[in-house]
Amino acid sequence: MGLGQTLCACLKGLNVIALRKACAVLMVVLVQILRSHWSLRRLSLGGGAEDVEKPNDVTGPVSSSEPGQSESAAVSSGGPVAAPVSEADEPAEAAAGGAVSPPDQCDEELVLRPLRSGDIYASFQFRTQWDTDFLHHGKKVSHYRLFPKSLGQVLSKFSVRELHISFTQGYWRTMQWGQPFIPSPPGAELWVWFHNTVEDVDGNWKELVNVLSGIFCASLNFIDSTNTVQPSASFKPLGLGNVTDHRFLRYATLPREIVCTENLTPWKKLLPCGSKAGLAVLLKSEKLFHSSFHSQAVHIRPVCKDWQCTSTAWELRQTLNVVFDIYTSGQGKKEWSLFKMFSRTLTEACPLASSSKVYVDVTDNPEGELFDLSPVTPLLSTAVVLGDRRTYSVYDLTKKETFGQLRSLNLVLRWKGESGDMLRPLLHAERYVAGFGLQTGEIHTLIYNNHPYRAFPVLLLDSVPWYLRLYIHTLTVTSKTRENKPSYIHYQPSKDRLRPHLLEMLVQLPPHSVTEVTVQFERALLKWTEYTPDPNHGFYVGSSVISALVPSVVAMDTNSTQERPLFSSFFPTKEESSYFVRVYTEPLLVNLPTPDFSMPYNVICLTCTVVAVGYGSFYNLLTRTFQVEEPSQSLAKRLANVIRRIRGVPLL
Amino acid sequence: MGLLSDPNRRKALTTLLTRLNTPICVVCYLAGIAWFMGLAFEPFTLRTYMSENAMGSTMVEERFPAGERALATGREFAGHKRKAGGMPVDWLVKTMQDRGLEVFTQSFSRTLPFPDENKERYMVRGINVYGILRAPRAPRTEALVLSAPCSPDNSNNQAVGLLLGLAQYFRNQIYWAKDIIFLVNEHDLIGMQAWLEGYHHTNISGMDYTPLQGRAGSIQAALSLELSSDVITSLDLILEGLNGQLPNLDLANLFHAFCQKIGVMCTIQGKLQRSDWDTAEGYTHAVQTMMLMVLKQASGRPWGDHGLFLRYHIEAATVRGVNSFRQYKTDTTTVGRLLEGMFRKLNNLLERLHQSYFFYLMPSLSRFVSIGYYMPAFGLLATILLLRALDLWVQLGTPTEVTEDGVGEVEPVSINNQGSFDSPLTHIYIDLYSKRHSTFQMLFISGEGTEQGWRVLKLVALLYLAVLLGCTALINFSLGFILAITLVPVAACVTPHLPKAVSALAMVLLSPGCTILYCVFIFQELQEAPVSLSEGWMLFLSVISQGILDHSLFGSLVYPLLALLVYPCWLLLWNILFWK
Repeated sequence: MGLGQTLCACLKGLNVIALRKACAVLMVVLVQILRSHWSLRRLSLGGGAEDVEKPNDVTGPVSSSEPGQSESAAVSSGGPVAAPVSEADEPAEAAAGGAVSPPDQCDEELVLRPLRSGDIYASFQFRTQWDTDFLHHGKKVSHYRLFPKSLGQVLSKFSVRELHISFTQGYWRTMQWGQPFIPSPPGAELWVWFHNTVEDVDGNWKELVNVLSGIFCASLNFIDSTNTVQPSASFKPLGLGNVTDHRFLRYATLPREIVCTENLTPWKKLLPCGSKAGLAVLLKSEKLFHSSFHSQAVHIRPVCKDWQCTSTAWELRQTLNVVFDIYTSGQGKKEWSLFKMFSRTLTEACPLASSSKVYVDVTDNPEGELFDLSPVTPLLSTAVVLGDRRTYSVYDLTKKETFGQLRSLNLVLRWKGESGDMLRPLLHAERYVAGFGLQTGEIHTLIYNNHPYRAFPVLLLDSVPWYLRLYIHTLTVTSKTRENKPSYIHYQPSKDRLRPHLLEMLVQLPPHSVTEVTVQFERALLKWTEYTPDPNHGFYVGSSVISALVPSVVAMDTNSTQERPLFSSFFPTKEESSYFVRVYTEPLLVNLPTPDFSMPYNVICLTCTVVAVGYGSFYNLLTRTFQVEEPSQSLAKRLANVIRRIRGVPLL
Repeated sequence: MGLLSDPNRRKALTTLLTRLNTPICVVCYLAGIAWFMGLAFEPFTLRTYMSENAMGSTMVEERFPAGERALATGREFAGHKRKAGGMPVDWLVKTMQDRGLEVFTQSFSRTLPFPDENKERYMVRGINVYGILRAPRAPRTEALVLSAPCSPDNSNNQAVGLLLGLAQYFRNQIYWAKDIIFLVNEHDLIGMQAWLEGYHHTNISGMDYTPLQGRAGSIQAALSLELSSDVITSLDLILEGLNGQLPNLDLANLFHAFCQKIGVMCTIQGKLQRSDWDTAEGYTHAVQTMMLMVLKQASGRPWGDHGLFLRYHIEAATVRGVNSFRQYKTDTTTVGRLLEGMFRKLNNLLERLHQSYFFYLMPSLSRFVSIGYYMPAFGLLATILLLRALDLWVQLGTPTEVTEDGVGEVEPVSINNQGSFDSPLTHIYIDLYSKRHSTFQMLFISGEGTEQGWRVLKLVALLYLAVLLGCTALINFSLGFILAITLVPVAACVTPHLPKAVSALAMVLLSPGCTILYCVFIFQELQEAPVSLSEGWMLFLSVISQGILDHSLFGSLVYPLLALLVYPCWLLLWNILFWK
C-alpha cells in the first residue's frame, strides 16, 4: 500500500467532512497513515524470511522509554488495553516507588460497571510484579514470595517471554455490554511468545501446553499442531522487547473448552492471598458461575521496573471478568449489591497488597439519575478507558474509613430509571455459516464500523481447522456492496491432519459500514477413528480475531463543550485519538458428514454380502465365454459328410 | 450362481418364470397391498421408545405458572393486530425487549406466480419478528426455535400470547445451554421460508428479504405452535414436512412422553389412540390414521410451519391445539408446562437428534412402522415391473417368425439371450460384446409398427417406471407407494391387443391425475369431512394449484415429478395401447 494511495483515499474522505472538523481530522488521518505505513513495513519485515532486527537482551536498556517511540510500539503491539485506571490514577506513585520499591509487590482492584441493560459487569484484576530475571541462564530463581512458583518455574524452564491464557465460558455481547476491559474468546485461548534463543519452539510449546494443562486443570493438552498457528501480525508482544519474528509466537484456541470450578480453584491459588483475604474472598464459584459471562485469564509479560525503564520486571496479571444478569438473579428488584452478586461483603484488603481498590463506573450517573450508589465516597477518578472518558467512584480498601462502622463494605446499587440501550460500539463483528447440506458451506464474517465518518483498518485473523477445506479463491471482501481489496493478506493453507488454515488480512473499514468477508468451504469426510465421541454435535471452528485501532469517542467529540480548556482541544491528543481493541467473533459449530455409528456391524455384514454375492456372480457372467453347442450328428450324416469332403462338395 | 450360468438350468428357471408370470404378478400385487394394510395391525408394529439418552433418563420439572397472563398477552396482541391490520411489529418488538430478549425484525416480499385462491394472496409483503434469548455462559453456537405464526384472521393469538409468556418465564431461568429463538412469522409458510433462508443466507426460492441481524448458531430443533382457543381438549402433533420429510422419531416420542406425563390428550392426524386393537373398529382406526399420514406425506407439502425446517437438517414439528366438544379441557398453563418440559429436554441434548428413525409411519402416537417393515410392501409392487420386463425380454429374445422379415443376416443366437434372467445391464453388455442381438438393433433401427416394436417400448417403459418409482419410494415412500398402486397394474397389463375403449378408460382412470383425485376423496373421507363430487373436483383443482405454488415457493418436488417424470411414462404406456 503506497503512501500516496492512502493519502488520496483519505483526501477523498475529507470531501464529505464538514470544514469545521477538517483540520482536526487531517491531523488524525496523518497520524493514522504514518502508523499504518510504519506497522505495515514492520509486518512485511516480520513476514519475510529473515528477521532483520537483532535479538536484544531484555535486561539491557530498552530504548522504547522515549514517549513517541513507546507510543508507536504500543500501536503495533496492541497497546495497553488493560489497567483502565491505574496509569491515569497513580502515575506519581509508580514513579516515586521506582528506586526503593520492594522486589515484588502486588495490587488488587475490582471495577464494577453497571450496564444499561440492568446487568452488571465486575472485573477483578490482580497484579504481581517482581523484578527478577527468569530467563537468565545459570542463575536459578528459587526463592519465591508473592510470585507463584509454579508459573515462575514454567517461565524459566520453557524460556517464555510472554504468556497469555484465558478461559472463558460464554460470549461477550458487545452490542449490549460495550467493550470488555480484556477481551477473550469463548473456550480457552493461549498465546505465547518464546524467547528468541529457543531452538525447538514446537517442542517447547508442546511441553508447555501439557504443563499448563496440569496447572490450570484444563484440557489444554488437546492443543497440537492441528490447531496451533503463528499469526504474522495480529498478536504482537504486549510487554517489553520488540521481537516481531513470529517464529517465536504460538497461538491456539480450544473453543470447546468448558470452564468451571475446577479451573477457578487453581487460578485462585496463584493469588498472593489465595481466596482468604482481600478482594478474592468474593470469588465464590457458586455465584461466579451463576452469571451470563465468566472469563478468567493469566497474563505474564516483562514490563519496565520504573519510569526510566533501566531494568525490567515480570508482571503477572490475573483477571477475572464476570457479568451478572438482572433477570436470572430474580426477585424482580433492580438492585445490585456485593452481597447479592458474590454472597460476601468486603471486610479488609489483602494484607500483602500494596493497593486494593474498588471502582464503580458512575459516568452515566453524574447526578444520580440512573441509580443510587451507597455508601457514597468522596473519591472520584477519571480516566480515558477504551476511548471514552469515564468517571469512577473509588473505594480504597486499605483505609479504615471505607468500611464504616459495620466494618464491612457492601456496595449497593439501586436502579432508578428505565434501563436503556448502550451506545453502539464502534466496532463489532459476527460470524455464521451459510448454506445447508453436508457438502459445502460458506463462512460469513461481518465487521461493523459504526463510526459516523472515520474509516479505520482492522486486522482479521481466521484459523480454520483442516477438515473444512477452504476454497480460498472464493474469498471476497465487500463493504457497501463494493469490493474492498485487503491491503495485506497472509494465508497459510492447511495440511490434512497436520495444520489448520491461517488467514490474516488487513482490511480498511469505510465509515458507517458493514464489511462482509465470505469464503466457501467443503466439509471433509473424516476417517472413522477421527470422529469425536459425539460426532453429531458438530465440530467447532474457533473465533476469528479482529484487532484494530479504533478512533476514540473522545476524539469524535471535536466541538466538545466539556470542561476541557480551549487550547487543549484543537488537535486531538495522541493517546486519546484511537485505542486498541480486540474483538472476537462467536465460534462456529459445523456439522460434518457423519456415518451412522450405531450399526457398524450391520453395515459391514451387509456390504460384505453384497460385494461377495454381487461381484462373484457378475464376474462369472461377464468372463464366461458362451459358445453355440453343435448337436451331435447321426452316424449316416457323418459318413455322408466324409464322402462329400473327399468329393470336394460342400458338407451337409 | 451356477444356476444362472448353466444354460439348461437357467432355461428351466426362465421358462418357469415366464409361464407363471401372470399368477406371480397377481400374487405380488395382492401381497403388497396386504402387507401394507397389515402394517397398521398392532401386533405387527413396534412400540415407540426414546432412543436419545440425553432426553430419556434426565428428569425435568415443569413449573411454568403464567398461563392466564399469557392469554392476557394474547388478547393484547389481538387488539394490536386488529389496530395495525396485520403484524403489530412495534408492539411485538417492545414486548419482547421488555422480556429481556434481543429482538430483530426481517421484512420480506414475494409475488406469487399466480394468485393463491385458498389464502387470497398474490403480492405478499410482511415482517417477521424474532427475539433471541441468549443462554447464559453459552457461546452462541446452538439454538432452539419456538415459532408461532401470526395469521391475518382472528386465530392463533393464544399461541403468540403463550410464546411471549414462555419467553418471559424462560428468560428468568439459569439453566439454558442453548439460545432460544422466539419467532413470530407473518404469512405462515412464506414468512417462515423467508426467515429460514435469511438465517442460512441462501436464496433458493427467489424471495426478497432483508438480511438477518441476529443469529444464534446452528439450530438443533424447532417447534411451531398453533393455538386458537383459551382452553383445548387435545394437542395434535404434525410431522409431515416438505417433500415428505419427517423429523426424527424421537421428537414425536418426546411429545408423547410429556403428554402422558402431564396428562394432556394427544393425537396424531387428529386421531386419538384406541386401545382395542384386536377389534375391527380398532384396526380400522389405526389404518385410517396411517392412511392419513401416507396421504399427507405423499402430497409433499409442509403441513405446518415446521415443514420447512427439515431441509436445513433441523428436527421440527408443529403442535396444534384442538378444541372439540369433549368435556375434559386443558388450560394454557398446562400447555405451557408441556412446552417447557419439551424445551428443557431439548436443551439437554448433546448432539443433534439422530438416534432414532427418520423414515417411519405412525398408525398411532405410540406405535410406529420403520422403514424395514414398510419397504417390502413397495418392493412387492416393484417386483411386478421387473417380472414383466423379464418376461418381455425373454419373448423378445426367443427366435420367432419375426426374424424372417428382412433382418435375415442377424442370426438369432440362442444361449446368451434365451435364458436371460439377470439385470438388463448384463445383457446390454453381452449384446455390445457379441454385437449380434436383434433386440439391440431393433431399439434403434427396426421395430416400428411391428409386434416387437411395442414390446421393446413396453420393456423400456417398465424399466423406467421401476427405476423412477424405486427412487421416489426411497425419498418419499408414500408417494412411491401410491403411484405404484395405480401405475403398476397399468404398466403390467397394457398391450395393443386389448379392447381399446375399455382399456383406454381404465388407463385414464388409473392415470396420475385421477390418482390425485381419488386421494382427495379418500383424504376427505378419512378426515370425516366427506365432500360431494363437485366439491371434490374443486378441491382437486386447488390441490393441483397448491402443488404448483408449493413448487415455486418452497421447492416442493411432487409437481415436477408428476409432470416431468411420471406423466411421460404414463404416455408411453398409452402409446403401447394404441400401437399400430
